[in-house]
This record gives sequence, structure tokens and C-alpha cells, in this order.
Amino acid sequence: MSTPQQTLDVRGHLCPIPVIRTQNHAKKLAAGDILEVLCTDPGVTSDIPAWCRINGHSVISIETRDGVIVVTIMIGNES
Amino acid sequence: MSKQIKAVALISGGLDSMLAVRAMQDQGIHIEGINFFTGFCVEGHTHAIRKQDQNKQKRNNALWVAEQLGIKLHIIDVIEEYKDVLINPKHGYGANMNPCLDCKTFMVRKAMEWIKENEFDFIITGEVVGQRPMSQRKDTMQIVVKESGAGGLLVRPLCAQNLAPTLPEQEGWIDREKMLGFNGRSRKPQIALAEEYGFTDFAQPAGGCCFLTDESYSKKLVDLWQVQGHKEYEFDDIMLLKVGRHIRPSPLYKLIVGREEGENRFMEGYRNRFDYFFNSSHPGPLVLMDGQLNTPEDIELAARVVARFGQGRDAEQVTVTYTPLQGDPQSITVKPFTADEMPKEWYI
Ligand code: SF4
Repeated sequence: MSTPQQTLDVRGHLCPIPVIRTQNHAKKLAAGDILEVLCTDPGVTSDIPAWCRINGHSVISIETRDGVIVVTIMIGNES
Repeated sequence: MSKQIKAVALISGGLDSMLAVRAMQDQGIHIEGINFFTGFCVEGHTHAIRKQDQNKQKRNNALWVAEQLGIKLHIIDVIEEYKDVLINPKHGYGANMNPCLDCKTFMVRKAMEWIKENEFDFIITGEVVGQRPMSQRKDTMQIVVKESGAGGLLVRPLCAQNLAPTLPEQEGWIDREKMLGFNGRSRKPQIALAEEYGFTDFAQPAGGCCFLTDESYSKKLVDLWQVQGHKEYEFDDIMLLKVGRHIRPSPLYKLIVGREEGENRFMEGYRNRFDYFFNSSHPGPLVLMDGQLNTPEDIELAARVVARFGQGRDAEQVTVTYTPLQGDPQSITVKPFTADEMPKEWYI
């Protein structure tokens, strides 16, 4: 499995802030980069994948580790 | 080959902007969406907080709309800049604390900045003449055009035929004849068009796109401003106005009582910023105290309110734990207030 190059911590923030931070952070990354986003709002499990689908990124995994929701995404070509 | 014309659409997550985008896509325009997060948007936040809302709807409508339309969506955090719009609206407030006209102008102005930076050609919105009392009248829609600096670059495809021709029409980028002439409050034309486009399951916000059109939210905001003596606010302040029952027994403090589990959980995150109470002899909600409790009598009165909202409300005595930000927790045994003993004016 690919290792995340970057971690973004948005724990404690409610949607849409995690999506906004992910979007802004993704602008600094290149296609193929892996970003891991640490979240606590369960809303991210639908919002980040939706955001990825419309912007050409892909969700690699969504898992919960010690109460933290970790969404791992791969940056697509178009950003 | 002629250049691909590009427009950015203001996407609120409702049906109208969705229809406006589709109408422009039909004319071969490349569209991307922009959504402004002011801090008051009904989207997101509250769904996560309240269980009842969570069952109803988990999705973010703006993202959902973008996906249906196959367009990119840029969500922009304008929390800081929006403060000036809400605090000093040149054109005042609507029925509640909604500064719709200034808000629209602000958003179109931001969209103008965006199209310059991103080399887009014009802006579209889903507005319809006569649809809303404040921001969607022919005269006020013209104010937005002028004050935002958008001039002829602001296109409202759903009612374009009722408005003066815009630059994209004059330049022949879009065909005026193929745009629409909706007008008035009726939603029937939009529903019919949605059907034609095959859109189902879209969101139809009743009052508007944000909490500022909500009467009870607005009352809490006005109370906050009155008590602090100025209109400045922090993001956390306006977030907390979205949760709990707000009870103000004195100008010096108010109590925020969680109404259900989701709210209690959300409020727990604020325990390091506020004094708080909970019922210790009975199950009950978390209660945050915003302000100052200066005397033991104040603390006792607050504790009686806290007890009123726990399951011991009918008991003779309830023990409440009070945890001040500074100092040790203390236990207080009180008689809960009865419903009649709680003056109506305390409820904000
Ligand atoms: S309802 Fe809220 S977001 Fe919509 S225009 Fe009015 S103030 Fe702005």
C-alpha cells in the first residue's frame, strides 16, 4: 500500500471545513501524491469522497483508528 | 477553433442554481461551481451535530449538486470577510438577521475576483426576478450588478429574458432566446424544468440558504450582540448559537442546554472554554455557562435550571456538579425549577 506523503489534521472541525482544508491542501500536491486526512466529524465519510469524485481525486481508504476517522486520498491529474 | 467560454456558477445547493447551470451547459459553456462558506450555511455542521438532522440528510448539497451536474466545485472559506457584511450591511437586514442584498453583492464580488484569477469569462446565478422579497427584485438585482462591480458579466439564466442583455449575450457567447423568462414567487416553472432535466431528490430550502433567515437563530444572535455591547463575533460564538436551548436568567450569563446526545457530544468540545454543569444524581444534559456567575446565589439559580432539564426534574432534590474554568468542581443540591417557575423571557 502507498504511504501517505502528507497528513492533514482537521480533528475537531465540522464539515464543510475538513473539505475546504483538504481542497486547499491538495492544491499544493502533485498528481499521484497520497494525502491522509485525520477527522472527527462523521460527515467527512460522505463529503470528502463526493469532493474527490467531482474533482478527479480518488479515495484509497476510510478507516477509524482510536476514534479518529482517517481518510486517505490520492491526488488526481486535474488539480 | 473558437475559444471555450467558461463561467463560474454560484452554487448554494438548491434547485435554482442547479437549473441555471444546466441551462448554460446546454449552450456549450464550461461551468465550474463556487460555494461560499460564511459560517451560517445550513450545510454540513448542523447535520453532524443533531441526530434528527443526521437521519434526514447526510450529504452536502452543494457537493451533491456539483456531482449531478458533472462540474467542479470550489468551496471558499469567507468566515472572516463575511463579518463585515453581517455587521454593517449597507442595505440592512431582511425579515430576520439576513443581510441578503449585501450578501449577494459580496458573493458576486468574490466571484468576480475568482474569474479574474482563474481566467473565466462570466458569472451565473440561479436568481429569479420576484422570487425573494429582498434580494431578488428587479431593482435590487440591479444593485447587485452595480455594487459588486460585475456589470454585464453577471448572467441569471432563469430570468435573463426579463432583464437587460448582458455582455455574454451581446458578444454572442450565449443565446438570449434559449434562456428563460421565469418571474415571481411561484416555484412551478422550476419544478417543471427540473422534471424536464430529470432532476429528482434536490433540496428546496424554504427560507433561504442560511441560518440568518431563521427567526430563532436570529434572536440568539441579537441577544449575543446586545449582551456583549458590540456586533463582533468569533466562529465558535456563531456555532454555539446553532446548538442547544439558550436560557438567559440574567444579563450576566446564559446557559446552553444540550437537547439531545449529538448536541451534548458537540458541546463537550467546549468544556475547556466555558464553565459547565451536569446533573450528577440523575441523567441529564451537559449545560455550558457563557458569562459570569458572581455569587453563590447565581450558581444555585443556574443549578436549579440545570436540574429542570435532567431526568430528576420532578424530584425534591437533585445534585448538580458545577465545574468552573478556574477552580475545582463543586456539588450543589437544589430543588429543580418547575416549568411555571421558569419565566418565558429567559428562553432566547
Ligand atoms: S439567505 Fe443567507 S446566504 Fe442566502 S443571500 Fe440571504 S444572507 Fe446570504
